[in-house]
Amino acid sequence: MMNKLRILRFLLEKEFKQIKRDSLLLRLMIFIPLLQLIVLPFAANFEMKNINLAIVDNDHSPISTRLTDKIRSSAYFNVAVEQKSYESALFFMQKNKADIIVEYPSRMENKLVREGKASLSLTANAVNATKAGLGSAYLATIIRQYNLDLTSVGKTSSVQVKSMYLYNPYLDYKAYMVPGILAFLLTLVGGFLSALNIVGEKEKGTIEQINVTPVPKSLFLLSKLIPFWVLGLFILTLGLLLSWIIYGFVPVGRLWVIYLFAALYLIALTGLGLAVSSISSTQQQAMFTMFFCNMLFALLSGLFTPISSMPGWAQTITLFNPVRYFVEVMRMIYLKGSSFSDITGYFLIVCLFLVLFNTFAVIGYRKKS
Amino acid sequence: MNNVQLNHITRSYGTIHAVRDVSLDIRSGELFGLIGPDGAGKTTLFRILTTLLLPDSGEAKVCGLDVRKDWKEIRGIAGYMPGRFSLYQDLSVEENLRFFATVFKTTVKENYDLIHDIYVQIEPFAKRRAGKLSGGMKQKLALCCALIHRPRVLFLDEPTTGVDPVSRKEFWDILSRIKKQGITIIVSTPYMDEASLCDRIALMKNGVCLRTDHPATISASYPHLLWAVCGADMYSLLLDIRAYPETYSCHAFGDRHHLALKSGKHEMNDLKHFLQGRGHSNVTIEPLVPSVEDYFMNFEEDKLCM
Repeated sequence: MMNKLRILRFLLEKEFKQIKRDSLLLRLMIFIPLLQLIVLPFAANFEMKNINLAIVDNDHSPISTRLTDKIRSSAYFNVAVEQKSYESALFFMQKNKADIIVEYPSRMENKLVREGKASLSLTANAVNATKAGLGSAYLATIIRQYNLDLTSVGKTSSVQVKSMYLYNPYLDYKAYMVPGILAFLLTLVGGFLSALNIVGEKEKGTIEQINVTPVPKSLFLLSKLIPFWVLGLFILTLGLLLSWIIYGFVPVGRLWVIYLFAALYLIALTGLGLAVSSISSTQQQAMFTMFFCNMLFALLSGLFTPISSMPGWAQTITLFNPVRYFVEVMRMIYLKGSSFSDITGYFLIVCLFLVLFNTFAVIGYRKKS
Repeated sequence: MNNVQLNHITRSYGTIHAVRDVSLDIRSGELFGLIGPDGAGKTTLFRILTTLLLPDSGEAKVCGLDVRKDWKEIRGIAGYMPGRFSLYQDLSVEENLRFFATVFKTTVKENYDLIHDIYVQIEPFAKRRAGKLSGGMKQKLALCCALIHRPRVLFLDEPTTGVDPVSRKEFWDILSRIKKQGITIIVSTPYMDEASLCDRIALMKNGVCLRTDHPATISASYPHLLWAVCGADMYSLLLDIRAYPETYSCHAFGDRHHLALKSGKHEMNDLKHFLQGRGHSNVTIEPLVPSVEDYFMNFEEDKLCM
């Protein structure tokens, strides 16, 4: 046992020496978290601003003018033009100068006063589906609000709906993205780097020289996993610091819960990297396999798009995506302040992945020897 | 005893028979050569003996240890230098040496006497990364790393391939010194001229062992009288000799052709006349002592005639 520990120490010493000498890897390790944390939260922002509106007012009444003013005062919209007719507004949309056309019917005020209701039309350019969808929804909210204002005049008993956004009161998209990106960063380090490193030894033939020594395979693999586990936790620390310095975000929940989950998650992911390395014989193959995995992991993790809006079958697939759970856990701890007991289910799942991936890896390597 | 035994070893990769029914008995302390062209199955034999590969059938023993059952023990007593440089290129010379010493649970100091002769030549570059060494230096470092745990059997897979003639000579000198330590050395090479430097050799081709014996015995058993032929236009000379009815075989060997005739007591003047008739004036023909390579080429020839 002591002997094994001694050998492991030397193997680790060698690994860290090699990592230290890989100047590109070191630079990437600082650069990637920095870049991802600075650029992505801004770029992957689904908050819609600067939606261009064309308003066709066929009514020209106090009510319609007030509604236009109300829309104008919202931060989401630029009222590009007020058009005389729907056709001319449509022409504007074709030239990409308007995203949504709002048309008030003639005699809108009249109808409202007499019949108590009136309808207006919204036409959205759905080439950018997100902009069209969100823009229409924002507009509908404004109009509903306006409606309430109108009806509540003189009627004190009317029901008022007031929305409150829990945990992220100002709907700050960045507060939502940063924890998720941190989770994805660890996926890159744990899975990608460990797979590439081992396959690199295969490609260079150095693994052959190790295989003829009495070093047990398990010890060799351990010496490959531990450095990336340590590096992963280092990057997590760096990421936590960066998001505090750049955005002022600190997790509402406990740090140790994040670290504990990350530690288990990294073992799971390095296991996956190991499994991939057992089936690939060149770095190119490993790179391609991991790239493919990461693509699926990223898009099916709920990092960019909410899982609840995916079709049922895609939601089922996300259940098998470890990144999904880590992203959720990070957001819960960061925004909601979830404690260990709140997320024991997630801990159980990450342990399952840990066992599963590492079993794959062991099977993959056993077949070879 | 540091002997190595192979009994009817067979190994295929899919439909390709890499090694077919090879039996060898390599004695303790011997410098044994596996001689054969690329694809002869030399590397496969090495990989089986160093426990990197299991044979399909047959049994192999290194120092009396079975490659299937006792692979762990074999890994402790065998030294292996693969054909491709496979040390850590991003570690320095001394770091590589120290690393391999520790994974074999020993220290550089303990066995330094064994590698001293070789190591002094690369010592000036001890701090240099292994990847930045010249070819010959890499070779010496790899040999040091394979020797650092004082193995009982040393396996060297084509150690001189791609190495310049001076370094090759040096390398074989080193091997004979290592042999004096009682270490059994098994070395493979595609160069037939290196065969004579071994105590015994096995000639291999297409996974089959053709013959095992002392190199001198093998070359002496060459069945024909052999002549060396030189001329001005060597290529057309070769074609014309082959066109000569009495020619058994003729091969280009560097700057001369090795010629074997069908009957032993042939008058060389007849050949000279024949060649003169075809425009070769200054042809010299001399008797020649056959080498292992002649034997190997003849083996091919015989197989074609059969």
